[in-house]
Amino acid sequence: MMIEKELVVIGGGSAGMAAAIQAYNEGIKDILILEKDDKLGGILNQCIHNGFGLTEFKEELTGPEYLSRFVQQINELHIEYKLSSTVIELTKDLKVVYSNCQDGLSIIKAKAVVLATGCYERNAGAILLAGDRPSGIITAGTAQKYLNLQGYLVGKKVVILGSGDIGLIMARRMTLEGAKVLAVLEIMPYSNGLNRNIAQCLNDYDIPLYLSHSVSKVIGKERLEKIIVSRVDENLQFIPNTEIEFECDTLLLSVGLIPNVGLLNNTTCSISSTKGPYVNEHMETQTPGLFCCGNCLHVHDLVDFVTQEGRTAGHGAALYIKGLSKHSQTIIVKNGHNISYVIPQYIKVENTEPVELKFRVKKPCKNVNVIVKQDDNVIKKLIKTALIPSEMEIIKINVNDINLINNSDILVEIQEK
Amino acid sequence: MKELTCIICPRGCRLKIDDQLNVTGNFCMRGKQYAINELTHPMRTITSTVRVCNRLDCVVAVKTVPEIPKDKIFAVMNEINKVKINAPCHIGQIVIKNVLNLNSDIIVCQNIE
Repeated sequence: MMIEKELVVIGGGSAGMAAAIQAYNEGIKDILILEKDDKLGGILNQCIHNGFGLTEFKEELTGPEYLSRFVQQINELHIEYKLSSTVIELTKDLKVVYSNCQDGLSIIKAKAVVLATGCYERNAGAILLAGDRPSGIITAGTAQKYLNLQGYLVGKKVVILGSGDIGLIMARRMTLEGAKVLAVLEIMPYSNGLNRNIAQCLNDYDIPLYLSHSVSKVIGKERLEKIIVSRVDENLQFIPNTEIEFECDTLLLSVGLIPNVGLLNNTTCSISSTKGPYVNEHMETQTPGLFCCGNCLHVHDLVDFVTQEGRTAGHGAALYIKGLSKHSQTIIVKNGHNISYVIPQYIKVENTEPVELKFRVKKPCKNVNVIVKQDDNVIKKLIKTALIPSEMEIIKINVNDINLINNSDILVEIQEK
Repeated sequence: MKELTCIICPRGCRLKIDDQLNVTGNFCMRGKQYAINELTHPMRTITSTVRVCNRLDCVVAVKTVPEIPKDKIFAVMNEINKVKINAPCHIGQIVIKNVLNLNSDIIVCQNIE
């Protein structure tokens, strides 16, 4: 039997909950959230550190506190959700196939779908780690789940590969629980983590950060015994005779996150350089009625921005369901000099609302102008004292400043002074 | 002379502070205040977990409210690790009152039914 829903939200984390609440508040009451875990909240359940909510609530919260405020709203609004429910297939005409213990295999025909499935971690295979394959090599997020949800410490002498935020946070967390974190290794000449995490997770505990270093060999029969670390050159190749040995029982990998968009395979969406789909200003993909937000669109560093993006998608889905959003011509938004990506990649010509362009720089830079322009016409110019790849930036543009008629591309670029 | 990276904004100024608490290397005044606080009375919020006895494979997140002095982090962790509680437990519930007389409580920050 196929049931019908106005809006199906796939994923009950920060993005999905924000999208559902926003759509509800705009008059869409027939909503179902499908969540694969046995509770709402997604990855924030295991992010017990604080620092969440500064934009959203003007206070510093831990991950579980932040998510609980949204769970409470979902419950108060009686928005329907199903837990322990895995979505198996999503079609381009918005049929959602899911499975759980009560319903078995079920199909829902949705008027609109919000994809909010988060991201997954790159693992040892993805980075071609050389050497043995003993136990004790684990992604930082998995170690975080064991420690923060179940109370199991995965090792006592730890090296962390990758200076992404989860790696830095786990360096502190494992130190607090009695493990010795010997080093954090970063292949790039700069860290991929936020400055405050380097200061408060590494410097506070005298954990050394080795920039331009990576693991050249893993050694261990049953359990990890030691790793060989080498310096890399500007082409990220190992430099001979720079080896350092670390005796350790655990190697945590914090080497990048990838949007989880396998469900888009049977749709008409194409995938952008963020590894998420192309979207317009309502976070609508190239499949009409299919919206995407949060870490499955692009990997965020702050959950507050995930919540905002979820609202944008929920707003877009509400307009679409009410028939107020037509598929019209679009203006392309491109990334120029030193910009790794811009979201959205399209703006509809019928758009009348201000548009937030989210972007990251490719390389750290100081005292630069961020320029948004269409042909030679500068739409917006922003002076920035410092930009780093690990911190996403937002630039708001007014729709009146865009020439919607001539259809020229919009370019976002960094101008060195 | 001490060196610090300012964490107030992404700029990440390298701050230098001498023995008379003169700060250099800061781009704005917020950096100066940060450096002085860090040198005179650094404070931190500690987040950790406490075992939940009556649930299988379960711990609950807790934190210090308000912040504690940085040099008391491991002493406070030691106290947190002595405690076990039972579910249901809710956000705001006090696990340890006035831990080590630091005028800070350890409170639950996760709902477990």
